[in-house]
Amino acid sequence: MAKVRTLILRAPGTNCDEETAFSFEQAGSLVDSAHVNELVRGEKLLSQYQILVIPGGFTYGDDISAGKILANELRLKLGEDIQRFVDGGGLILGICNGFQVLVKAGILPPVENGKSQRLTLAGNDSNSFECRWVYLSVDQKSPCIFTRGISTLYLPVAHGEGKVMAEPETLSELNVVVRYADEGGNVQAGYPHNPNGSADNIAGICDGSGRIFALMPHPERFIRWTQHPRWAREAPRQHGDGFGIFLNAVDWVKSS
Amino acid sequence: MFRVEVSVKSGFPEPRGEALQKDIRDLGIATAEQVRVSDIYLLEGKLSHKEVNIICRELLADPVVEEYSIGEAPLVAIEDEHVHDIEVAYNLGLMDPVEESVRKGILDLGITTVEAVKTAKRYYLRGELSAGDIELIRDKLLVNSAVQHVVTSQEKVSLPSAIYSFSLEEVDLLALDDDGLTRLGEEKLGLNLNELKRIQSYFSKLGRNPIDVELETLAQTWSEHCKHKTFKSRIRLGEEVIDNLLKSTIMRVTEELNKPWCLSTFKDNSGVIDFDGRYALCFKVETHNHPSAIDPYGGASTGIGGCIRDPLGTGLGSRPIAATGVFCFAPPDFPHDKLPPGILHPRRILKGVRAGAADYGNRLGVPIINGALLFDERYLANPVVTCGTIGLMPKSAAQMGRQQPGDLVVVVGCRTGRDGIGGVTFASAGLTGEAEAVSPSSVQGNPIAEKKLIDVLLKARDRGLYRRITDCGGGGLSSAVGEMAAETGVRVDLEKVPLKYSGLSYTEIWLSESQERMLLAVPAASAEKLISLFASEDVEATVIGEFTNDKRLKLFYQGNLVGDLDMEFLHNGLPQLEREAVWQPAQYAEPDFAPPPDLGDDLKRILSSWNVCSKEWVIRQYDHEVQGGSILKPLVGVNNDGPGDAAIIRPVLDSDMGVIIANGINPKYGDIDPYWMAASAVDEALRQVIAVGGSLRRVALLDNFSWGNPEKPDRLGGLVRAAQGCYDTALAYEAPFISGKDSLYNEYETEEETICIPPTLLISAMAVMENVARAVSMDCKQEGDRLYIVGTTYNELGGSHYYSIHGFVGDRVPRVNPQRGKKLMDTLSAAMEKGLVKACHDLSEGGIGVAAAEMAFAGGLGVTLHLGKAPLGEPIARNDSILFSESNTRFLVEVAPEDSQRFEAAMKGVTFAAIGEVTKGDRFEVYGIKGERVVSIALAELKEAWQKPLRW
Repeated sequence: MAKVRTLILRAPGTNCDEETAFSFEQAGSLVDSAHVNELVRGEKLLSQYQILVIPGGFTYGDDISAGKILANELRLKLGEDIQRFVDGGGLILGICNGFQVLVKAGILPPVENGKSQRLTLAGNDSNSFECRWVYLSVDQKSPCIFTRGISTLYLPVAHGEGKVMAEPETLSELNVVVRYADEGGNVQAGYPHNPNGSADNIAGICDGSGRIFALMPHPERFIRWTQHPRWAREAPRQHGDGFGIFLNAVDWVKSS
Repeated sequence: MFRVEVSVKSGFPEPRGEALQKDIRDLGIATAEQVRVSDIYLLEGKLSHKEVNIICRELLADPVVEEYSIGEAPLVAIEDEHVHDIEVAYNLGLMDPVEESVRKGILDLGITTVEAVKTAKRYYLRGELSAGDIELIRDKLLVNSAVQHVVTSQEKVSLPSAIYSFSLEEVDLLALDDDGLTRLGEEKLGLNLNELKRIQSYFSKLGRNPIDVELETLAQTWSEHCKHKTFKSRIRLGEEVIDNLLKSTIMRVTEELNKPWCLSTFKDNSGVIDFDGRYALCFKVETHNHPSAIDPYGGASTGIGGCIRDPLGTGLGSRPIAATGVFCFAPPDFPHDKLPPGILHPRRILKGVRAGAADYGNRLGVPIINGALLFDERYLANPVVTCGTIGLMPKSAAQMGRQQPGDLVVVVGCRTGRDGIGGVTFASAGLTGEAEAVSPSSVQGNPIAEKKLIDVLLKARDRGLYRRITDCGGGGLSSAVGEMAAETGVRVDLEKVPLKYSGLSYTEIWLSESQERMLLAVPAASAEKLISLFASEDVEATVIGEFTNDKRLKLFYQGNLVGDLDMEFLHNGLPQLEREAVWQPAQYAEPDFAPPPDLGDDLKRILSSWNVCSKEWVIRQYDHEVQGGSILKPLVGVNNDGPGDAAIIRPVLDSDMGVIIANGINPKYGDIDPYWMAASAVDEALRQVIAVGGSLRRVALLDNFSWGNPEKPDRLGGLVRAAQGCYDTALAYEAPFISGKDSLYNEYETEEETICIPPTLLISAMAVMENVARAVSMDCKQEGDRLYIVGTTYNELGGSHYYSIHGFVGDRVPRVNPQRGKKLMDTLSAAMEKGLVKACHDLSEGGIGVAAAEMAFAGGLGVTLHLGKAPLGEPIARNDSILFSESNTRFLVEVAPEDSQRFEAAMKGVTFAAIGEVTKGDRFEVYGIKGERVVSIALAELKEAWQKPLRW
């Protein structure tokens, strides 16, 4: 069987590419990384990969608003390639800045041509960058292939603009995958469990097919037990909670 | 010109405004009912209204939460007597990185006619605010006049294009007498008479006057910042003569220990050690004090940015994998009305420095994993801002490269502007009340430019496209090129250096301290490949000259020779300084006050003191997890909020080896004796390494001295003492120094007095850990476990926090016996490697009391201690002295009852004793020498005391 191939997209200010690549490698994928310029110039082709990842970072400094400039670049320069990639059954994962980029590019939730983006990721209620660990509850109704078989996750967030905001109607149409919760799983829990004030405690969403998934927390920062903030005081486990997300993606490609 | 204003739609929350409103309340102004902030973009170029609309809709304004308005006039005053508006912009010439991003974003939209972009912020303050209130808010919160201004009328978008017409500027040095030379040295060059006479005689032999750029190059190269003249001077201290303090203390440790794993020390941009035979680690810590005093945000961001370029410019280049930040300020509650003119309030400096470091580190993706925050009123005018960076490289890239004649001089990264011209000579002289007025054009950081540079540089390294690398830091090209070419010679064509804007003279180009630039020596055959590789990631690489073999520094501008200096004179012509030092022990009497029967309140007061209290507010705003290597985070414990001793990361993701980063610093001891301050700082940094499960087998140290004016003999005497303390202690612990830095002249003169910072020595430690799975955190783990104290307690409260809260300094400063200390640390480390220790915390500020309380509330478990069981080095009759003594080389250790016998056996030969236990309850209890209860407090109360002060 052919190996699964994952492409990590880099742009100026991307800074979680290496650990994200490592996570996919651990999950059994071949991984390449490409600068956005290489895709725009056609030096690397999206069509040769099954998984596209937009990792965390501060692309273009998050100037103007987080992820905005890369989002426009994708929309205006790579829009067709990405649409073909999606139509061809590819998986897209956006983490943190990748979530912001996918939303603002109109890729997730998908925005029809000529329509305006109806969801955004705004500044945290605390007005601060927040680096802390959060409990996540996985919506079991979600079609997301990345979270199959997973019910809860404990992962770090590290962002200043992660607050999901939209009109109630838009919110109700979303495919919510993960919500911020407290340790007991209460998805109405407030700050700091919900670190940014997101509507409906939304931490991650997917498209209707479940193949495009984006979230603010960083699964690549918890693939091994020793990355857990309390590993030195709790009973060891084989993997970190985030590992399952990468494994699911790679296994899905293998089996389809 | 179009003026776009983007604001949050009404009805939507506005966190930026709310945060500012809180800051306004903290100023004592309660009447600001609502604060809103909008972003202003001034767009210059031939644009249609329709195009501006597209730019707004598709780029500048978020369609969900923001709205925009487009104006053609620069600024319209609003007519609502209850709303006050202030618009603030950066001074012309200071680039806000956002401007570059906006231009790129507009180009991506297919609009090519925008020529310049300028940003500003507009603040709307609603409420009953007097003119005085507005002025206060403007000056204390919104505008830093060193870098910003209030937009009043026609705001300029771009610098008027200036034309520089070449003319050679000769300085009539040969004609100057001693008075003239002294004045030139003091006013322009930061050199003393003796140094200038040496320069005069050099040019006199040549039979010509120097060109301005030659004189400036000598001033930069011979500056305190570049040459560490004080540390290399000939110092007379009483009967003793010290020829080169640096070589005879700090560097001597390294030389005598001669560790094979020290790969490169004291010669490159950072010190390098072997990590695992495959990779090497390097570490550099830099101070950025003066710039941070004037522009805290810009100073700290360029501080960390510059420090990241040190490992990048070490060997053949390393990837920055972690950073540190140690900052010293005056207390945040310092009264506003006592603030001397021209000085920013410490709260503002703290907030600005924190934000500058975090914004730069976070954007770059370098986790800030370790640090400290210390407070003393004497840091009022001279904050100490120290940033460190750890880099990782293949071992084969660990050594400095060597260029060959004919190799090209290539500058890569950002363009050159007038930034920070004169910064180095500025850093070598004391601040005066005119600080703000005379500040050189500040330097601003652009982290994304640096990230781009790092990404592509490491590719070029791996492809072998250059032979040597260094960073452009203080002194700009003059230092970087001058140093790199010392052994060969070089010619530089200054007009080839890419500029941010026109109008720079050849001297300005040569001296500019524009950030995010590196210098490479590139074989001519690789130049094309290198330039196109850089271009592929939108980074400029430009050939500006060529290395020669004539051992001369030759500068040209448009074909005219503008400088020609002999490398030998430039680098070795500096006469050694002669300095006088005196040392007299400080006279602080030991206090005499009745011991309080209950020590709980004092414990809470120490936990609440600025130095000891929780720094979570700072830490949470640093991305300390990026790069995925985190093993022990800065915050640990059952609620992820206890104060970890040292951070551990896994630098190579597929390896089980780790690197421990720790620091030791305690200026309070320096007031009594800098020797013991230095010894204590070394001991503390090493204690932290041991406390998290490390060993002394491979620990490298770095020194950062921030001191007063070394021309004053008492300051220099203290410096000598501190350096000697470093030597004795580090040698005995077998921990070599690999790099260091000093920042002197941290003094401030008012009309009445001179305020000198306390002697401040930061010791940073980097230790290699064989197996990260052996890491131990400081939080108590389980009820029923035993608590042991390891080490000996003396009656050493001089400079302690306990004395400090009672208003005393004291005399008996904690000392170190490093021979015994080494045995103790080795023994404890071996017991920890056997897995016998469940928690370990080093004892420092606040002694046993603070350490035990921290272990308890970090673990969410009660603790009971019996002071009578602590092993004492001398008779101590007071409970408070035992509980709060700050004697060095001590640890509190938690051991499971079933392991206690094995632990005790493993600890044979060193001083230790069971002193208490972990309890189920929520109480922290301490029993005195006679068995009486001296502390009984609920954990929540202790934790609240510790968390409250900096919960901002």
